[in-house]
Order: sequence, then structure tokens, then C-alpha cells
Amino acid sequence: MNNAAPLSTLDRFVSSFFNTEVAARYLEPMLDGMLLTVGLGLCVIATGLVMGLMLAVVRIQHVKLVNVFIVAFADIFRALPPLVVIILLFFAFPYIELSMSAFTATWLALSLVLSAFTEEIFWAGMLAIPKGQWEAARSTGLGRWATLVHVILPQAVRMTVPPLTNRTIAITKGTALGSVVALHEVLNVSSAASSEAGNATPLVMGALAYLILFIPFVVLGRWVETRFTWKR
Amino acid sequence: MRPALELRDLRKAYGPLAVLHGVSLSVPSSQLVFIIGPSGSGKSTLLRCCNLLEVPQSGAVLVDGKDITLAGVNLNEVRQQVGMVFQSFNLYPHMTALGNVTLALRKVQKMDKAQADAEGLQALARVGLTDKAQNYPGQLSGGQQQRVGIARSLALKPKILLFDEPTSALDPELVGSVLQVMRELRESGMTMLVVSHEMGFARAAADHVVFMDQGQIVEQGSPQAVFDSPQHLRLREFLASLGQR
Amino acid sequence: MDNLINVFFNPDIMVKVWPFLLQGLWMTVLLSLTVVPLGLIGGLGVALAGNQGPRWLRWTTVVYVDFFRAFPPLVLLILIYFGLPFLGIDMPKFAAVAMGFLLNTSSYYGEVFRAGLESVPRGQMEAARATGLNRAQALGNVVIPQATRNVLPELISNTLEVIKLTALASVVALPELLNNARQAQALTYNPTPIVLAALMYLLLLWPMVRLLSRLEHRSTAVR
Repeated sequence: MNNAAPLSTLDRFVSSFFNTEVAARYLEPMLDGMLLTVGLGLCVIATGLVMGLMLAVVRIQHVKLVNVFIVAFADIFRALPPLVVIILLFFAFPYIELSMSAFTATWLALSLVLSAFTEEIFWAGMLAIPKGQWEAARSTGLGRWATLVHVILPQAVRMTVPPLTNRTIAITKGTALGSVVALHEVLNVSSAASSEAGNATPLVMGALAYLILFIPFVVLGRWVETRFTWKR
Repeated sequence: MRPALELRDLRKAYGPLAVLHGVSLSVPSSQLVFIIGPSGSGKSTLLRCCNLLEVPQSGAVLVDGKDITLAGVNLNEVRQQVGMVFQSFNLYPHMTALGNVTLALRKVQKMDKAQADAEGLQALARVGLTDKAQNYPGQLSGGQQQRVGIARSLALKPKILLFDEPTSALDPELVGSVLQVMRELRESGMTMLVVSHEMGFARAAADHVVFMDQGQIVEQGSPQAVFDSPQHLRLREFLASLGQR
Repeated sequence: MDNLINVFFNPDIMVKVWPFLLQGLWMTVLLSLTVVPLGLIGGLGVALAGNQGPRWLRWTTVVYVDFFRAFPPLVLLILIYFGLPFLGIDMPKFAAVAMGFLLNTSSYYGEVFRAGLESVPRGQMEAARATGLNRAQALGNVVIPQATRNVLPELISNTLEVIKLTALASVVALPELLNNARQAQALTYNPTPIVLAALMYLLLLWPMVRLLSRLEHRSTAVR
């Protein structure tokens, strides 16, 4: 391996996992990878939340035929492992002349999965609003749409913030899965670098990068949970 | 003069369970009609047919002479003329009292905020709650919440107000404040149709009392006639069960 | 249309790869049956430590849980799988994978159990102790059963996630379902194996998704 000179076990450990020279070498591609991860994550969150909300709003129109599809969609994409969806989009679709980039495949797969979960969460939130709220609003002459927008959704959204935050964090971590289709996000960059350098330091850097990116999210999620469960 | 509200031969069933067996009722303008009866008699269903929260299978509901059960009727417009006060208040928890009252003014009657707030405060004044305009429902007592609910309907300047057991969910000491508001409304000439168990209030304020049982109107008349000389056996049994002479 | 079927649902290929995928499915099931019970026990342990233990222990469990909830499981897996050899530790593939998943799932289950334990009123513990039960008995007979019942939907939801997680093991070439499907795809130059694997995942997991929906809607209907 590298570092062939006789060193103490601690020294060997440090140079294998915390080698500053290797770290400096791969710092820039790492930062690029982090940027990509963040960008991908934000795209997924935006699409996943919007699509899920739209699907839930469509579902509450109670058009039976359409709802069958929505429920099937939600079931399928909550049952399939996200990695399988990414692989399907990236490897299977080119066979019918529909090839997409690693970024698109990862973004689309994660968005579909997230929207399946958020649709169910928004749906449960809307169902939990007492029927009396609908009746009161309609009794003052508000139409179905106005009632939904001004009375139901504001309450439903408040109720759904904790489960939404949790689920969004979980799915966004799936950006690491993009490495499987060679997306140059953090995991991919760090494993490639580790193989190239024959040293585990880039992997440790990658781990640190994820912690830096996601621990704030998790802490935010905890804060959101406490704040929004007190409100009701 | 044409009655403010008229129900003609209303029939309503939930699947095989028939709840209304052809009920007809007339509510003259500026009068308070009081509906009593055991639970399951269909009185709430009847009330909810008046603003089509329940849709009858057959029969007509005439608001100011117009049948609102016909196709092509703008229900949202009708509901501005027929207000409803609910047993469980149903205030919007995410809005202040003033917000609750002005929502329909802004979104349905398309008023601008200043005008809506002015009218909203007027409605709150009628129920004696102007000082609570900026409070949220969670900060108000049950009686106050119900009065805000009344103000919410009043703000739309309806022709008729429907009351679905307005005090049944209130602690006894809070009932009085709501009944007081209802009494004042009656005195100001509002047409009211009330489903309730508050017999004392009926005696004092109702113009006409209707007794329903098993989906039909069994007996009706002035409060004195219904409470002091009930004719039907079922009415007498009902009054006895409530401890009314 | 024909072409679509040939490409994605090729019957000949399906027949050919079926046994291989079935082996993969078996590995997936095995991995799940290992990780889920261990994760449940670990999670319950973490939650109990936080709930019943001294202040510092509660903080430690929060840090532990937040750490492993923030850490993408795939990264954890890669780190353990590729990093351990650098430490001179030689671990069989299955064990490395199981360990990585265990760290992740015990923190998620830990969080669910924590909420469950907190949802049981203190009075329950007091009442049990007042009748002479010791702490372990009170926990085991009174508190934990109620806690579990209260968070059953979340537990099932999490278990569903864990089973889906096993697909990640394909990245380190553990011969589970997705891994075998990808190998088959490479060998046959046809994506049918992947589609077949997706269908098998659906068959395995859809019933659980449906059960979960029903449980969730029941608890909101009771309100």
C-alpha cells in the first residue's frame, strides 16, 4: 500500500483516514460535488413538494377514475426502492430511445418518490380537517376552490409540516444514490478519489461533507416538529 | 306576504334509512321558528336542507319565493342570504375573530380590506365582541366563539339565520350570553329558524314552535299551545322526559 | 407496442433470469429478516436509554439518532465496506452490510420508539409501580406495549423503508435482488431483468403499503 515506512498504529490510522495531503488534493472536486448535491437536493424538494400538493388537490376533487391512478401512483412509488427507480430510468429507458443524464434520472426518480409520499401526507392532512370547517366556509357562500385555498389548506399545511420535513430529509439523502449512475455528487467523487489515491481520506471527507450538509437539516427538522406540534 | 323560507314536502334518505318523510314548513319574515324533538327526529337534517348542506331527494326549499333545489341555482349566492350557526362553532382556528368574520366579505363579496374590516367590526359589535376582534378562537371562551360564529353569518347581511343547536356544546354558564344575542337579533327583526333544547328560550322568544318526531312534523303552534296544552301523545311524552310541565 | 414488450417485458429473458432473481430475492429477505429485528431491538434500547436514563444519556441518544439520521445510508455502507479493510478489519460482506444498516435503522426506530414512549402518560408508570411492579416489569407490561401500539403505523412505515434499503447493498455487490437484476441486465443486454425485479419488489412491498394506508387513515378517522 502507501506509507510503507514503519509507523505506529495511530499514525497509520491518521494517514489512512485523515491524510491532509490527500485531502488538499481532492478538496476542489469535493466542493463541486457538494454544490451538485445541494443543487440536486433543492430541485428534488421543489418538484416533490409541488407535485405532491397538486396531486392531493386533484384527489380532493373526488373524480373516481383519476383518483384510482393517483392512489396507484402513490402506492407504487412508495413501495419501490428509490435506487430501483433511478436504475430503471437511467438504464432501461435508453432502450426505447429515451435516454436521460445521470442528473435528470436521479432528480426525476427522487421527485417521483418524494411526491408519492408528500401526496399521501397532504391528503391525510386535508382529511384531518374537521368537516365543520368545510361546512362553515361553504355556508358563508365561499366556493369550493376559495374554501380549499383560504380555510382548508392553511390548516392542513400546518399539520403536515413535521411529517413533510422528515420525509423530505430522508429522500434528499437519496441524492447519494446518484453515485450509482456516475453522477458526480459527493459520494461518487469521494469513492473515486479514494480508489485513485488508495487512501480512505476522501471517503472521510465525503462523510464529513454529508454531515455538514445534513445535520443542519435534521436539527431544523427537530425544531420544526416541536414548534408545529404545540400550535394545535 | 311571502314567507322568508318555505319547505315543501321534503324527503331525505341515507340509502335505505329514511330521515325526512315529507316535511312542509313555512317561516314568515321576521319570525323565530323553534324546532324541538328527540334525537334522530330529523330536525338537524331538516335545518341543513335549508342551505343545502344536505340535499333532499325530493321536495322544494324556497328562499324568498325562489326554489333553491333547482339546477342552475347559484348556491354560493343563496348561502349569503341563508346564514348558519353551528353547534361546534366551526371557527377557523388560523384566523383572528375579525378574520373569521371578514373572510367571506373579502373573497365572496369582493370587498376591499378596509371596508370588510369596517363591516366585520360592526357585526362583532352586534354580538358584543369588538374588543376581541384580534383574538384567535383558541383564546376565546365557548360562548365567545359561538358569538363570533353568529357575527360571521351576520356580516353577510342574510335574510334568514339557521341555528343548529347553538348552545348544546356550551358550558351552562356560557349559554346565557349566546341566547341574549339571539334574543336581540329577533328583536331587530331577523328571521330565524332554530333547532335547540332551550325550552325556556322558546317560551320567551319563539313565535312558533314545531315538534318533530321520526322525520315528520307531529305538532306545531304557539309556544303556549305546544308547551302548555300538547295534543299528541309523543309530544307529551317528549316534554315529560325533559321535565317540562 | 410489440417493441416495448420485447424490450421491457421479454418473456424469454424473464424465464431465463427468474431463478437468478429469485436467489436475489431470497438474499433480500434474509437481509431484511436480520436487520429489522436487530434494528427494532436496538431502537427500543436507544429510546429506553434516552427515556429512562439520566440527562447526559438522553443527550447522547439524541446526538446518536440525529447523526445517523443525517448520514445517508449509502455513504455509511461504503464507508464501512471500503474503510474497514484500511483498518485491517476483514469482515464478511453480509456482516458489513448488516452493520451499516443496523446503525442507520436503529436510529430511525429509536426516534419512533422515543415518540411512542413519550406518548404514554407518566401516570401509567406511577400506577404500575404503585402496585408493586419493579421498573422492568412496569416498562415491559405497561409502558412499552402502549408505546408500541401508539406508534404502530410509524413502525410499519419504517420497516417498509428498511426493506427498501436492502437494495443499496447491490452497490457493494451483495447478491440481493437489485444486484442480480443488474448483472442479468448486463449479460442479456436487455432491461427486462430490472423491470422484473421492480415487479418483484412491488409484489413484496405493495401489501405493506396498503396496510399502512389503511392504518393511517383509521387513526385520522377516529378523531
